[in-house]
Amino acid sequence: MSALLEATDMWQSFGGVQAVRGMSLEVSRGTITGLIGPNGAGKSTLFNLLSGVIRPDAGQVSFKEQDITRLAPWRRARLGLIRTFQLAREFQRMTVLENLMFAPQLQLGENFWPIFLRPGAVCAQEAEVYRRACEVMEIATLTNLRDDYAGDLSGGQKKLLELARTLMIDCDLILLDEPGAGVNPALMNTLTDMIWRLNREHGKTFLIVEHDMDMIAQLCDPVVVMTQGSLLTKGGFDDLRRDPAVIEAYLGSVANG
Amino acid sequence: MSVYLVSMGTYVGFFMILALALNLQWGITGMVNFGIAGFYALGAYTSGLLTVRLGVPVGLAIPAACLAGLGLGAAVALLSVRLREDFLAIVTLGVGEMIRLIVLNEDQITEGPRGLRIEARPFGTMIAPEHYPLFYLGLVAACVLLAYAVCEAIRRAPMGRTLRAIREDDVVAAVLGKNVLLHRVRIFAVGGFFMGLAGALYAHYVQNISPEVFMPVVAMFIWMSVIVGGAGNNRGILLGAGAVMVFLEGTRFVGDFTDALDAEKMSALRIIGIGLLLIVTLRLRPRGLLPERKFNASSKLSA
Repeated sequence: MSALLEATDMWQSFGGVQAVRGMSLEVSRGTITGLIGPNGAGKSTLFNLLSGVIRPDAGQVSFKEQDITRLAPWRRARLGLIRTFQLAREFQRMTVLENLMFAPQLQLGENFWPIFLRPGAVCAQEAEVYRRACEVMEIATLTNLRDDYAGDLSGGQKKLLELARTLMIDCDLILLDEPGAGVNPALMNTLTDMIWRLNREHGKTFLIVEHDMDMIAQLCDPVVVMTQGSLLTKGGFDDLRRDPAVIEAYLGSVANG
Repeated sequence: MSVYLVSMGTYVGFFMILALALNLQWGITGMVNFGIAGFYALGAYTSGLLTVRLGVPVGLAIPAACLAGLGLGAAVALLSVRLREDFLAIVTLGVGEMIRLIVLNEDQITEGPRGLRIEARPFGTMIAPEHYPLFYLGLVAACVLLAYAVCEAIRRAPMGRTLRAIREDDVVAAVLGKNVLLHRVRIFAVGGFFMGLAGALYAHYVQNISPEVFMPVVAMFIWMSVIVGGAGNNRGILLGAGAVMVFLEGTRFVGDFTDALDAEKMSALRIIGIGLLLIVTLRLRPRGLLPERKFNASSKLSA
């Protein structure tokens, strides 16, 4: 299996704090790769580096065998690399439907002249985007919330919306930052199902940061463990569960606070 | 009286165009522009100077003023690329003042504080002087309609949706693949285009422009119009611009009914009144008289 995303020797510090210290990571095409580690291990920072929200101090990221280390976030997205955020970031004063219809790339009606010169084509494309949004809302069980402002949704619904928004885009790799955080158990199943189906039926590759070990156990193979900004180990979840180093890293962090 | 009303209507038109442009930049896209007066001045002086100094026909000078506004808008937005939102506010304020000060001091070209006398008027020779103010009101009204139509088309189009998304959270818009910079520069330029148009229309209307007209307080009136009217709602913007102008002008007459206030006190009180009006609106209708409308899929897409 070829590596879809490859990060090599990534470094990032904020002031005096070394958040990521020589982390390397590989995500193979077609997998749901888990990324776990205690709080403060640098997982979210790594996500920011992978998605281009911040530039690394050192290291290299390649996606589809192309060096994307210095590429702007929107260019990475165009290549097919999409992410969500740990705290759901929905467009608050836009409806659920608009949040979804926003997402598709290269919409004709996003440009100035076609709005006036090719209104028919813009309309036709808009109808197509609308149809797709309806399908996605159906999958994500958001249909009856479609005309609500996204800012008014519950935390769990916002998480669903964020995942749903990525489905509107033709992407290959989705980075999910704690998709299960703050989601109630019923929605959790919907979410897990969705990720599973997207992987199996639509061929999407995932990299998931998650603290809910049930979700990791159900979905992820392989699982990468990160502590103190670098790679601890990597493997199947069942093996990791018995790995003393992993237990030490987790229990250590619990004991410390 | 009707002469006065026609003149007031024309001024409302200038306000409306400026406010619609600010709504594109700030109401929809969330980009702060405190340099409206500068864009207004640039439009006025570009068109005025082209006709006075170079003898360019007014029919070309006005579009040139629009393009000057467009260029300045793009340049300012590009300059602020690496800056956060609040810095854009400072940059625009600075640019606005810069333009005013250039106009004030380059008096060999602009006549500075003496004021630039502009003879040329659109269709000035074809329309009888007694009908001209009414004709000009019609011309301005047509420009307001044009600006409104363009702004409304943008707001309804996928472009408007993307711009609002950038207003809500530009980082998310970027990680979902939108070229935020392109969108920002483009909409700031379109806003600048209309501000330039308003300036040019103003210049050929009053036919005598001087730098003191373009003080930053003009920007405040336009901001008032957008906030009172309802940021994000183009109809609200028209209403807001009308309301602010009626208030500004209407209070002129209060002085006639009382001896206690001379003109000078009155003009100071008007500014205070503007502030009060803003506070009251924000208390009672924080999103303006006509708030941004919620997207309604069934009315838009079933057709």
